[in-house]
This record gives sequence, C-alpha cells and structure tokens, in this order.
Amino acid sequence: MVLTGAEIVIRCLQEEKVDYVFGYPGGAVLFIYDALFQQEKVRHVLVRHEQAAIHAADAYARSTESVGVALVTSGPGATNAVTGIATAYCDSIPMVIISGQVPTAAIGQDAFQEVDTVGITRPCVKHNFLVKDVADIASTIKKAFHLAKTGRPGPVLVDIPKDVSAQRAEYHYPKSVEMRSYNPVVKGHQGQIKKALKLLLEAKRPMIYTGGGVILSDAAKPLTKLVRKLGMPITNTLMGLGGYPATDKQYLGMPGMHGTYEANMSMHFSDVLLAIGARFDDRVIGDPNHFAAEPRKIIHIDIDPSSISKRVKVDVPIVGDVKDVLEELIRLLDENTQKQDTDALATWWKQIDEWRSRDCMKYKNSDEIIKPQYVIEKLWEVTGGEAFITSDVGQHQMWAAQYYKFDKPRRWLNSGGLGTMGVGMPYAMGAQLAHPDAQVACVTGEASIQMNIQELSTCKQFRLPIKICNLNNRYLGMVRQWQELFHGGRYAESYMDSLPDFAKLAESYGHIGIRVDRPGDVEGALREAFSRKKDLVFLDFQIDQTENVYPMVQGGKGLTEMILSAEDL
Amino acid sequence: MRHVIALLIENESGALSRVSGLFSARGYNIESLTVAPTEDASLSRMTIVTTGSDDIIEQITKQLNKLVDVVKVVDISESAHIERELMLIKVRATGKDREEMKRMADIFRGRIIDATDSSYVIELTGNQTKLDSFIGAIDTTLILETVRSGIVGIGRGDRILKL
Ligand SMILES: Cc1cc2nc3c(=O)[nH]c(=O)nc-3n(C[C@H](O)[C@H](O)[C@H](O)COP(=O)(O)OP(=O)(O)OC[C@H]3O[C@@H](n4cnc5c(N)ncnc54)[C@H](O)[C@@H]3O)c2cc1C
Ligand SMILES: Cc1ncc(C[n+]2csc(CCOP(=O)(O)OP(=O)(O)O)c2C)c(N)n1
Ligand SMILES: [Mg+2]
Repeated sequence: MVLTGAEIVIRCLQEEKVDYVFGYPGGAVLFIYDALFQQEKVRHVLVRHEQAAIHAADAYARSTESVGVALVTSGPGATNAVTGIATAYCDSIPMVIISGQVPTAAIGQDAFQEVDTVGITRPCVKHNFLVKDVADIASTIKKAFHLAKTGRPGPVLVDIPKDVSAQRAEYHYPKSVEMRSYNPVVKGHQGQIKKALKLLLEAKRPMIYTGGGVILSDAAKPLTKLVRKLGMPITNTLMGLGGYPATDKQYLGMPGMHGTYEANMSMHFSDVLLAIGARFDDRVIGDPNHFAAEPRKIIHIDIDPSSISKRVKVDVPIVGDVKDVLEELIRLLDENTQKQDTDALATWWKQIDEWRSRDCMKYKNSDEIIKPQYVIEKLWEVTGGEAFITSDVGQHQMWAAQYYKFDKPRRWLNSGGLGTMGVGMPYAMGAQLAHPDAQVACVTGEASIQMNIQELSTCKQFRLPIKICNLNNRYLGMVRQWQELFHGGRYAESYMDSLPDFAKLAESYGHIGIRVDRPGDVEGALREAFSRKKDLVFLDFQIDQTENVYPMVQGGKGLTEMILSAEDL
Repeated sequence: MRHVIALLIENESGALSRVSGLFSARGYNIESLTVAPTEDASLSRMTIVTTGSDDIIEQITKQLNKLVDVVKVVDISESAHIERELMLIKVRATGKDREEMKRMADIFRGRIIDATDSSYVIELTGNQTKLDSFIGAIDTTLILETVRSGIVGIGRGDRILKL
C-alpha cells in the first residue's frame, strides 16, 4: 500500500495502539495534521502551549504502562517542547515526540522556523532521529517506540521534514526491531542474585531502598511480596512512592532531603542496603562522603549499568529489569535453606521504632490559619487514598509527598529529577484522560500553577474534571524557606505581588473556583469539589505564609544531620 | 591515568556529535578523538584518548555503551596494544638548517614528502612520545606548521574489536 509520509506516521501510531496524541499544529506538520483529521482511532488533544503537550503525554505514560506521544511543529514548537522533553528524560519516562522540520532542501539555509531540533534535544533524549527519506518513516517510528519503552525508558524524538511527510512510499510496519547496537540486559546474573540473597539473610541491620525503577518496571507486586517475606524495613524515593504501600508498618516513609528521620537513620546505619531501581541521587543520600563513611554492603539492582557505582560504590551490582530480578529473588528465597538472622532483625526493628517514636512528621495544626499539611491529610481522607495526585515543584510538592499515603504505584506524578515548575496541571490532564473515571488532583502553588495556567482552557475543551488544590502561600515558598534558613532571611524576589484571584480566573474559563480561608472549611471544600464529578474545581487554599518543610537535610550535609523542626534551628 | 578507548559506532550522521557531546556534557577530558569508517561501511571506528580516575573511566565506558548508536566499547589500554599517530610538520629548511632537518627526519624515520627551496613537509608516524620528542629535538623556531591525526590504537595478538 502506497501512502504519504503523513499517513504513514498516523498508521504507525495506530499500530502502536496510541489513544491520544498531545500537540499543537504549525506549518511543518500540516500534512500530519491533515492525515490525523481523516481518521478517528488516534485522538488529538490540542493544548495551549507545546510544553504542556509534552507534560500531558508524559503523564499519560506515567499513569499507565504505555508510551506517551506528542506532536509539535518546527522551530518554536520544538523549542517550547524542550523543557517537557528534559523533564521526561530526567525521570526516565517512555515517550515518542514527533516534530516537524523545514523541507529537506531548506535545512541549513536559516529557513523560516528552522532550528536544529535534533541538535538541541540531543542531550535530553534517549535517542533522536531526523528522517530524510519517506521510506524510512515506519521503521524509524518502530525503533522510536522500542527504544522509548525498553531498557531504561526515556523520550525519543523523531524529526520529520515537511516534504518527507508529503512524499509517498510503500507502507509496511515492521513486526519487530533488531538493533545490533542496542540490547539492554533484562535477566539478572544468577550468581549475583544468589550472592545478594545470602547477604540479605545474614544481615543484622538490613534496609531496602527503592525508587522510580520499581514503578517503571511495574514491579510493585513482587516488591511487596519480597519485602513482606523478608520482614525488612523499606523506604521509597520521591520517584518510587507507591512502589510499596505507604500505610504498611514496614514502610518508613521517604528518604532524603525531606525524608523521615527513621528512613534516613535506617539508610545510614544499615549494614546491608538493597537498592532497587533507585540512583543514589544527591537529594537522597546527601553528602556521598558522609554516607560512605559508615561501612555497609550495598546491593544494587538497576537496568542501566551507568546508574551503578556512579555516586556510591556498590558491592553486589545486578544489572537487569527490577521485576525479573525480584521474581528470581522470590523464587530463590522460597527454595532457600539458609536461616535468616531474625534475632538481629528484631533488635534492629526496636531501634527503628525508637527513631519512629520521634514522630518527625507531626506539625502544629491551627484553627485560625490553614496548615498545608492539614490540607493534604484531608485530601487523602476525602479521596480514600485512591486519587491520582500530581504536583508542581516547591514546598507543596514535598507536603503532598509526605502526607498523602500512596498505597499503589503510578498514582503520584511529579517532576523529581528536573524539578520543573508548571508540570502540575498538564500532568493532571494526561492522568485524567488516561483514567477518565478516576479522581485526579493537582497539588500546586500559586507560582507554579501560573507557569501553565493557560491549560485551564484545554481542560474546558476536553471536559477534564481535575481538582486543583492550590496551596497559596503568596511566596515562592521553597525559595523563601532556603532564604530564611541559609541567606539571613533576605527574601530576594521570592514574594509575588499582584496575584490573580484564582477562583475568578478559573470561573472566567468556565470552571468552578472556590477560595478557602479557614481551616474549618477545608474538608467541606474538598468534599464539594470531589462531588462535582464533571467539573474542574479550582480550590484556592490561603495557607500559612511562612510554614516550612521539615525534616530537612541541608544540601551538602550528611543524612543524619537533619533539622527536624523549627525548634532545631 | 591516561586511557585509550576504542569503539565501533553506527556510521550515521550525528554519531560523532553524540560522542563528543557526551564528553563535554559530563565534563570528561578528551585528549584526542579520531574517527573513520571501517571495512564495513556501515560502521565507524573511533579512538578516544582520555584521562581520569578509575571511577571516571568506568563511567565513561558505561556512558559510551549507553549511547544507542554505539555497538562496542573497549578500553584497549587495559592490556597490550599498539598506538600510532601521524604527524605532518612543515619546517623552514634553508642554509645549514636544510641538512640538519633532513638528518633529524632520518633519525626519527620520517619521510620528506614535499620540498620547496625554503621548506620541507616531513611525515612522521609513531606513538605520541615519539612525535613529541621529534618536536623537542628540532629547533622549534623553524616550525611553520604542524598537523597531527590524533591516536589510533589496536590491541595486540588475538585481542580483536569486531562485531
Ligand atoms: C524540590 C525537590 C525536593 C526533592 N527532595 C527529595 C527527597 O527528599 N527525597 C527523595 O527521594 N527525592 C527528592 N527529590 C527527587 C530527586 O531529585 C530525584 O528525582 C529522586 O530522588 C530520584 O529518584 P530515584 O532514585 O528513584 O531515581 P529515578 O530518577 O526514578 O531513576 C530510576 C532508576 O531506576 C532505573 N530503572 C528504570 N527502569 C528500570 C527497570 N525496568 N529495571 C531496573 N531499573 C530500572 C533507572 O536506570 C534509574 O537508575 C526532590 C526533588 C525536588 C524537585
Ligand atoms: C521552571 C522553574 N523555575 C524555577 C524553579 C526554582 N523553584 C523551585 S521551587 C520554586 C518556588 C515555587 O513556588 P510555588 O509554586 O508557589 O510553591 P511553594 O514552594 O510556595 O509551595 C522555585 C522558583 C523551578 N523549580 N522550576
Ligand atoms: Mg507558593
């Protein structure tokens, strides 16, 4: 069958069972939009800014097991997409981005809306392609999907010049992909897995630390099974929340800069640390020298060899897919005859419970002024812990991560690696489209939400009943907190004057807006919002302006050097 | 420590920039980098000379392997190997310097591949040290121009980097 390049693109997307493409049209992709128009299988979501298209597609991928797809035009369309692409790259999210390019003959001529998209995006994609021959479109898109979702996932960009999308070629979608240069390891090394198990069973102070790799590998089930069998303490990074049920007693909370006292102490003083799909980020282990000073054996399961021994030396590396390796560990554990050191484990739990009794997450509630922690606790109650929660970046993000107890994977969508303000609403859009009947809430701040506020319009057009919980402290709160603690209270440019009336703003887009000033009204407002199944509700909570996020490990400090509350200062 | 990394990479446009971009983005050193197609036109071979601690070299090889276009990576300096570099050097060759330049080229087994009344172009191959010592041995004020290819390297005996 002979088709145009544009038709081939759409056929390929159909073949990959793509439900939604998030995008924005322009000259270089007109043929592709024309082909999109003439079919119904692949639906298009017209955003209001390309950055939001990428974020929404990214969220679609985060909240499902599929690859997110976005479509943008050349030049400004592609440059607007870059922040979104880098955001997905830093969190290893599988995506395919199709960008239009100027016609092949015009490339390099400083043509209208020409930028070197492949060059600009190279450092923030897993891989990218410029397709110069219409006959290569199908095989390139096949490769793009394969690369995006296998191995360590990531965004892959396919740049298609306008003339190539207009030319014709025989269409054939390859069934499989062979790339001699790309063969990620899935199965872990047997000998290494056995060594790991032996170490774990002998451990006196074992600790399990898991991350985004568990979510990406859809390994929450085998993880939960293994951890329960071993009876060991576990912590999930910001990217790994929901990998293990947060309401379980073996769960110690999040580790790191704003992690719990018990999680950080257990990470630090463990004698065997099992790291699973987590990359020893600087926000998690603090100063690597301080961390390394305490002797312990580290087992690290990761599909990307370059994640292993990058920041911290590892004793038992296991390269492979988390799910595969965990299932193998469970199998070996079932047929194992070696005795676990349960006495030592019991003593270890006593120590951990003592750390736990510090109750580091307690906060002083008030009946005069709304405390952000209280809003999140109520949000958790009202949604029965079942909602998809997205967040932006800042203090509100940390409070959401700390106080919403995620029991299931893929329910927590945030930008961990790049820390991109502005992801919150587009993430909620992607999650709501992927799960039309689910409760979706975006926890945001008055600054972050303004970075993609225009998407209120997209939400109206596509009837997305997301609930926006704006923790409005009239400050770039996270910046203000650092200035308060480390810059002598000099609040340089962290106060925003002239904020809009968010409730009215939401209403002007045809949504419902509610301003909440009093703690007593928090729960009612949340219930009201979630009872409106068809409406987007913008809840503008006026919160305590100067509340800080605790516990806190200052950047560059050791994990045990925590500030637990304002009294510690 | 100095390391010589050899790699096979798909011979596609942009492949070189993926490698050089990786080095600059992650702050790794490149002393030299050479690249050319192999007998299999779909593959290029690259030789990269870099320096770094063991940890950094381990990351460099892992990061190179991670590039989708890279087929194989070997640190050939980990065992017996041969390194060669080509240098073309244009020198002033007049009066008594003319004879002296010829003599030095002979000592270093260089060849004069172009001569005018006042200059020579000398071709010299060898490892980096040999080329450096040639430059050290002649009167540097006589050097008009030098061009060096960067190192190419290959393992000895049955250590073979092939698909
Ligand atoms: C304001 C702010 C504050 C923050 N504070 C904290 C904090 O207090 N605590 C915290 O934890 N984080 C915090 N972060 C997030 C932090 O920056 C990192 O993004 C996060 O810690 C990284 O999580 P991770 O280690 O789980 O790795 P990810 O980035 O999720 O990486 C996943 C790892 O798993 C591997 N992997 C992927 N797929 C598979 C597979 N199928 N099989 C095996 N391995 C796989 C990948 O190769 C990678 O190594 C904060 C971020 C912001 C913006
Ligand atoms: C695009 C972008 N610019 C700047 C920053 C730096 N930054 C991190 S948090 C923050 C303040 C966020 O303010 P707000 O959204 O009101 O959240 P709050 O911390 O007050 O809860 C800033 C400016 C960032 N993360 N992303
Ligand atoms: Mg704020």
